[in-house]
Amino acid sequence: MKAFAELLERLVYTRSRNAKLKLIADYLRATPDPDRGWALATLTEELDFKSVKPGLIKALVEGRVDPVLFRMSRNYVGDMAETVSLIWEPPPGVDPEHEDLRLADVVERLQGLSRTDAPGVMTAYLDLLTPTERFALIKLATGALRIGVSARLAKTAFAQAFDVDLDDVEEVWHGIDAPYPALFAWGEGSQPRPTQDDVPVFRPFMLAHPLEDGRVDPEDYAAEWKWDGVRVQLVHVAGQTKLFSRTGDDVTAAFPDVAEAFREPGALDGELMVRGDVQGGEAGGAASFNALQQRLGRKTVSKKMLAEAPAFVRAYDILFDGPEDLRALPWTERRARLEAFARRLPEDRFDLSQTVEAEDFDHLAGIREGARSAAIEGLMLKRKDSAYVPGRKTGLWYKWKRDPLLADCVVMYAQRGSGRRSSYFSDYTFGCWTGPEDDPERRLLPVGKAYSGITDEELKQLDKFVRANTIDRFGPVREVEKSLVLEIAFDSIHASRRHKSGIAMRFPRINRIRTDKPAEEADEIVTLEKMIS
Amino acid sequence: MATLGSWIKPHPTGIYVEPGDFWIDPSQPVHTALVTHGHADHARSGHNHVMATPETLAIMETRYGEYPQSTPVAHGEVVRIGEVDCAFVPAGHVLGSAQIVLEHAGERVVVSGDYKRRGDPTCAPFEPVPCDIFITEATFGLPVFKHPDTEGEVHRALEALTANPDRCVLIGAYALGKAQRVIAHLRALGHDERIYIHGALERLCSLYQDLGVDLGELVLATGKKKDDLRGRIILCPPGALNDRWSRRLPDPITAMASGWMRIRQRARQRNVELPLIISDHADWDELTTTIEEVAPKEVWVTHGREDALLHWCMTRQIKARALSLVGREDEDE
Repeated sequence: MKAFAELLERLVYTRSRNAKLKLIADYLRATPDPDRGWALATLTEELDFKSVKPGLIKALVEGRVDPVLFRMSRNYVGDMAETVSLIWEPPPGVDPEHEDLRLADVVERLQGLSRTDAPGVMTAYLDLLTPTERFALIKLATGALRIGVSARLAKTAFAQAFDVDLDDVEEVWHGIDAPYPALFAWGEGSQPRPTQDDVPVFRPFMLAHPLEDGRVDPEDYAAEWKWDGVRVQLVHVAGQTKLFSRTGDDVTAAFPDVAEAFREPGALDGELMVRGDVQGGEAGGAASFNALQQRLGRKTVSKKMLAEAPAFVRAYDILFDGPEDLRALPWTERRARLEAFARRLPEDRFDLSQTVEAEDFDHLAGIREGARSAAIEGLMLKRKDSAYVPGRKTGLWYKWKRDPLLADCVVMYAQRGSGRRSSYFSDYTFGCWTGPEDDPERRLLPVGKAYSGITDEELKQLDKFVRANTIDRFGPVREVEKSLVLEIAFDSIHASRRHKSGIAMRFPRINRIRTDKPAEEADEIVTLEKMIS
Repeated sequence: MATLGSWIKPHPTGIYVEPGDFWIDPSQPVHTALVTHGHADHARSGHNHVMATPETLAIMETRYGEYPQSTPVAHGEVVRIGEVDCAFVPAGHVLGSAQIVLEHAGERVVVSGDYKRRGDPTCAPFEPVPCDIFITEATFGLPVFKHPDTEGEVHRALEALTANPDRCVLIGAYALGKAQRVIAHLRALGHDERIYIHGALERLCSLYQDLGVDLGELVLATGKKKDDLRGRIILCPPGALNDRWSRRLPDPITAMASGWMRIRQRARQRNVELPLIISDHADWDELTTTIEEVAPKEVWVTHGREDALLHWCMTRQIKARALSLVGREDEDE
């Protein structure tokens, strides 16, 4: 436990990606099985303990510390594990020089815990461990690491530690379980690469570069719409189906309707969307991202939700047809295979992303400008002779997004961020006016919330503004003087019944801080309504 | 009976003491200012008449030049201003720092200024003064802030130095107080080597030495060859840690001496590799035990994380209020 806690602690304070990779790789090489496997599972956030949840930790700490003081501290620190590790008071007489615990013993103890035993066991651990180990324990037990290490980075470190190919690690990953004895045995060369003939595994996605100011010839590049949903990979093998997100997370449970309908052996790349009220598109077509958002991040979905927002996949590409790996084929050949494959799938759950025909680049630019459907983000340009290559390789695929929309909005509320932005007021709710300047009745209504798009310097500037201009407090939320204008960029805007203003932005981010603009001159809600596509 | 302390008028810009017609730590220029210590958010330029400890006056004059009128008040001395008896009692924050003890109409009010309770080789220790109203800071007013033993933290910096003889340890420390305290602690742990400093620390370090605080041999880091700086400790203001200036140093281990370093994410925000939890402010336990010790009828909180301290007072049946003074920075950064 000490070595693992030390690893997490050092990762927290290490900024450089290479230094982080080295720390993890060194640990994985130096630590015996199964401890290193459990550590890798923690870093990739693959562990889930049924009876140890954040709620339990919170209840335990509130039994030791005044709940009001804990809540204030938690809001300030921005991370529960860190707050608990600092505020926890062990009873007198606990030896700080306790004997080291084996990571595997801790994990196995937590896995076998019943709900009744969990409070006692966790309390005993929290009392025994040092603050650094306490931090590691809570991170391990509850997930949500937030120490600047992604699952991808941890897998990269594994690949570096044992000098194997990262794409190979990604491919075997979903066929193996923590603490991954077969993976380490392969890494150390004592066993062959784990095979996955009979389990659905994830293959790394092919990704696109932004086109920016470049031009391509439609002779060499196929064009198709870039749909505004969630990119997924569908895999069916040996009677099992899995859906993976772009990061390789298993999202099957959130979309059982699609998973059940995919019964052809093979692997597809496509855009997952839901049907619903169509804005400017064909009837029964793709609804805006807003409708899909209701279903994202769920571990289970209700029948009602399945009926109201049925999901479907618009296929872009094919990776496997049965056991046959098609990734080395050029796009044109894969496209033909995809069209044949798609004919074998149920129509209500699957369709093809149609290609967009254009005479030349300018013609294509015109088509892109004219796209009005809210479900379209822009165009994808794919080199016709390219294989399906993992990652982002220059010159093969381009994404050509529609230009963002802009609006000037007034900051209304702010909340502290988490992770690297903890203790700064970094999440801002902003609003627009309900009427013109000469309307004495007019007021601001919130139109969105954003926390990205700013530099660290700008973050400090906004944080300072919030601190100096607070007029009211609601728990962690500060209401501020309505005096600062932000230029907000967003991809599209939709009518929404859930918002008082009647509109909702898609992917709003802060484009600029407009200290030069008086709040009275910020945009009106009618202006935004006109942008609804 | 009049309300307790009704002769003390807190304003967003400072504390006005009516029966003496003077201000304490005002953020705007005033006729008469009593100043607790030399940090810029308490000591400002532009006052007509300043009263402070001799050390604080020396610091203010080093920073701002002479004031039209200044009156040094030594520890133990009581001066009567109008109808108020005033005394300066050590606060243990930085050299010269004082609490201001005010007596009027049979009531005693203590303005703590910024303070701490743990050992500091560069200044006189805090002396608790029982009072009716304790006007306190709350910079670290949350129970997550428990500063560890200072020696242990300084020792970690020396360990990092020994473990990396080819690198240097660059410690970011506030120019007034923190920098000199870190140096004095390093000396106390037997580190007799030359310590290098950033130019911005030079004047205040010399002033400390002139006022009798021994800091050993200090050398300016600017213009030195990389090889001369390997295996050395270098101090700079926090702002210079990730600045162009530090790029010329030999692979520095970036450290920062501050109470905020207790929070991992805060250290990450500052790009700090070696966080040293060393603070010149009271931590949560010091704040609360001090209130218990001076046993006031009321606690007034000037600045910081006041919510939690107000709540703590309330649960102990101590009347408490927040003054929300403006212009007080989250010092110690």
